[in-house]
Amino acid sequence: MQLSREDLLKAYKGMCEIREFDDAVHYEFAADAMPGFVHLYVGEEASAMGICMHLNEKDTIASTHRGHGHCIAKGCDITDMMKELYGKKDGICGGKGGSMHIADLSKGMLGANGIVGGGPPIVLGAALTYKTKKTGNVSVGFFGDGASNQGSISESMNMATVLQLPAIFVCEDNGFAESTAKEYAVGGSILDRGKAFGLDSHEVDGNDFFAVHEAAKHVIDNARNGKGPALLHIKTSKVYGHFEGDAISYRTKEENEKIKNEEDPLKIFKKKVTESGLLELSQLEKLENDAKEQVKIAVEESKKADFPTEKDLLTDVYIKY
Amino acid sequence: MSIKSYKDAINEALLQEMKKDENVVIMGEDVAGGAGTNGEQDAWGGVLGVTKGLLGHYGRERVIDTPITETAILGMASGAALTGLRPVAELMFVDFMGVCFDQILNQTAKFRYMFGGKAVTPVTIRTMYGGGLRAASQHSQCLYPMFTHVPGIKVVVPSCAYDAKGLLIQSIRDDDPVIYMEHKNLYDVTQEVPDESYTIPFGEANFTREGKDITFIGMGQTVGICNKVADKLKSEGKSATVLDLRTLSPLDEDSVLEAAEETGRVVIVDESYPRCNIATDLSALICQESFSSLKAPIKMVTPPHTPVPFSPPLEDLYLPSEEKVYNAAKEIL
Ligand SMILES: Cc1ncc(C[n+]2csc(CCOP(=O)(O)OP(=O)(O)O)c2C)c(N)n1
Repeated sequence: MQLSREDLLKAYKGMCEIREFDDAVHYEFAADAMPGFVHLYVGEEASAMGICMHLNEKDTIASTHRGHGHCIAKGCDITDMMKELYGKKDGICGGKGGSMHIADLSKGMLGANGIVGGGPPIVLGAALTYKTKKTGNVSVGFFGDGASNQGSISESMNMATVLQLPAIFVCEDNGFAESTAKEYAVGGSILDRGKAFGLDSHEVDGNDFFAVHEAAKHVIDNARNGKGPALLHIKTSKVYGHFEGDAISYRTKEENEKIKNEEDPLKIFKKKVTESGLLELSQLEKLENDAKEQVKIAVEESKKADFPTEKDLLTDVYIKY
Repeated sequence: MSIKSYKDAINEALLQEMKKDENVVIMGEDVAGGAGTNGEQDAWGGVLGVTKGLLGHYGRERVIDTPITETAILGMASGAALTGLRPVAELMFVDFMGVCFDQILNQTAKFRYMFGGKAVTPVTIRTMYGGGLRAASQHSQCLYPMFTHVPGIKVVVPSCAYDAKGLLIQSIRDDDPVIYMEHKNLYDVTQEVPDESYTIPFGEANFTREGKDITFIGMGQTVGICNKVADKLKSEGKSATVLDLRTLSPLDEDSVLEAAEETGRVVIVDESYPRCNIATDLSALICQESFSSLKAPIKMVTPPHTPVPFSPPLEDLYLPSEEKVYNAAKEIL
C-alpha cells in the first residue's frame, strides 16, 4: 500500500459521495419524486474510485447504464448530475439525457450509456486519438458481466490489441445481468476472453479498494507507456436490484444480507484503514457526513430548479442547421 | 370474453400458440428470468412482465433466456425458423435493433427473395417501442418506418388489447418474418377480449369511427388519441372517421384511400420521427391516388425531428397529443 494519507481521504470521500448520491436516488425514486429508469451503483464504489483515481482530466472513460459512480469518480458535479436526474434545465445535459446519458466531456466523461456494450467501441476511438497525437492519455471502458456477451465487447478487445491502443476494459462483474446469473449467461470465462484477444488481463477483488487501485495502476501505467491494452475483471456486487422498482426475487435473502454486511467496499475500506492506523475513525465519519450534506443540498436544489421549456425542444440536434 | 389488458392479451396469445404448436418457442433476455440464480425462477417474465408465467407451462426448453446478445438472438431465431421451429424472439426495446439490424435487414428479410422463393422463415420478433415513460433517447423510439422500408418483413402495430391478441396469433402462424411492435404505454389498457384464440388478418386496416367531416389515420398508440379527438369533435357536431392501420407492411392502401376520399380532410398521427415516416408515406399515397378528393392539405401530427428528450415537460411537448391532433383538425375543418 503506497497510498498517501491524502489519497486515502480522497478515495473514501469519493466512495461516500457515490454511496450517498445513489442512496438518495433510491429514496427519491421510491417516493415517486423522480422520473424514468435509474440503475444504482451502491456496492460497486471501489471499482470506480480505484480506477478513476489514476486518471487525469484529459483521460477519458465511457460508462454504462449504471453510471452514476463512474461520473462522480471522474469529477462530474454532483448537483448538476442530480438536476439531470430530475430532468431540470440546469442538469448536466440540460435535462435531455437523464440518468442513462450523463456526460461531461470537459471532465473526460464520455457518457453513461443506455445500450449494453455501447461504450467500449467509443473508448477505442479515444485511445486512437491519444495514440495518434502521442498525448500519453488513456481511455477506460466500463461494462458489466452481462455486457461481456455482446459482440461489441469482443470486437473492441480485439481491435485494441491489433492497434495496441491505450485502452483499458473494465468488466464490473456483479454476478447478475437483470435477473439472469452470470453463471448461466457467460460461457467460458471473461478473463480468458481478454487473454484470448491478447490483452493483459487480471481478475480483481472489486470490493477491496486497494486491490482495484493496485491492479488499475499497473495496467494504466502500462497503457500510458505504449504497452498496450488491458482487461480488468472486477468481481463485485450490487446492493440494490437491476433498476429501481426491481423486487430482486432472483436473489435469496441470505445473498442480499451477505452483500450488505460482508461485501460492502466502504466498510471494508474503513476497517482496513482504521485497524492499520492509517486514518482516524473521526476523519472518515466527517467525510461520510460531508457527503450526506452535499447530496442533501443537491436534492433540494434540484427540486427547486426549473424545467426546460418549449424553446429547448428543438435545440442540440445539430451544430449548424 | 373477459376484460384483459394489452399485456395479458399478448401473454395469452403466446400461451395458446405454444399449446397449439410445439414448434413455437420463445427466446430473449429475461423472458423468464432467474436463470442460474438461487432465487425465484421466472423472476421477471420480460422486463415489464409480458411473458410472465410461460415458463411454468412450457419450461426452459421452450422459454429460452439468452445472454445479452441481440445479433445472436435474432440470428438464432431466424435460423431456427428456416429449419423447422416457429420462434418468437423478443428484442426488449426496439432501440436495441441498432445492435443487430443486419440479422433483419440483410438476412431474415431477404432469405426468400435471394434464395429464389425457396425459404420459409416463420419468425416473429416481438419488441417494445414508443415514448411516454421518460426512458430517454435510447429507450423511447418508434422506428417502425425503418422496418416498413425493408421488403421481406411484415410490420405489425396493434393499438388495443383485442388486436394485440389476434394480430400476435396471426404473426406467429404467418410463414413470413414479422416484427410485432408493442407500445409500452398501452400495456395496461384494457378491453373485452375473447378467451379462445382468433386471428386478425394482415393488411386489413380497421375503421374505429365512421364519419363524414374529417379522417384521422393512426397506428399503435396514436389510434387512441385519434378516437378521443373524434369523440370530442362529435360533441361539437362534427363527425370523424378514424382508421387504425394495424399493419404497416402489408399496408391496406384501399382502406387508406377510402378513408381519405370519404371526407377529403385527412390528419395522420404518427409518433415516429417526422422524416420518411408512415405519415409522409401515406400522404404521398393519398396525394398520388386521391388528390382530387382532397378539400384541404393533409395534416401530419408527429414529433419534431429530434431524439426523444428525457425531461418530462419536454417529452410531453415532443409527443403527439390530443390537443395537437385537435388543433390540426381545427385548422382544416
Ligand atoms: C443492447 C441492449 N440490450 C439490452 C438492454 C437491456 N439491459 C439494460 S441493462 C441490462 C443488464 C446488463 O447487465 P450487466 O452488463 O451485467 O450490467 P449490470 O446491470 O449488472 O451493472 C440489460 C439486459 C440494453 N439496455 N441494451
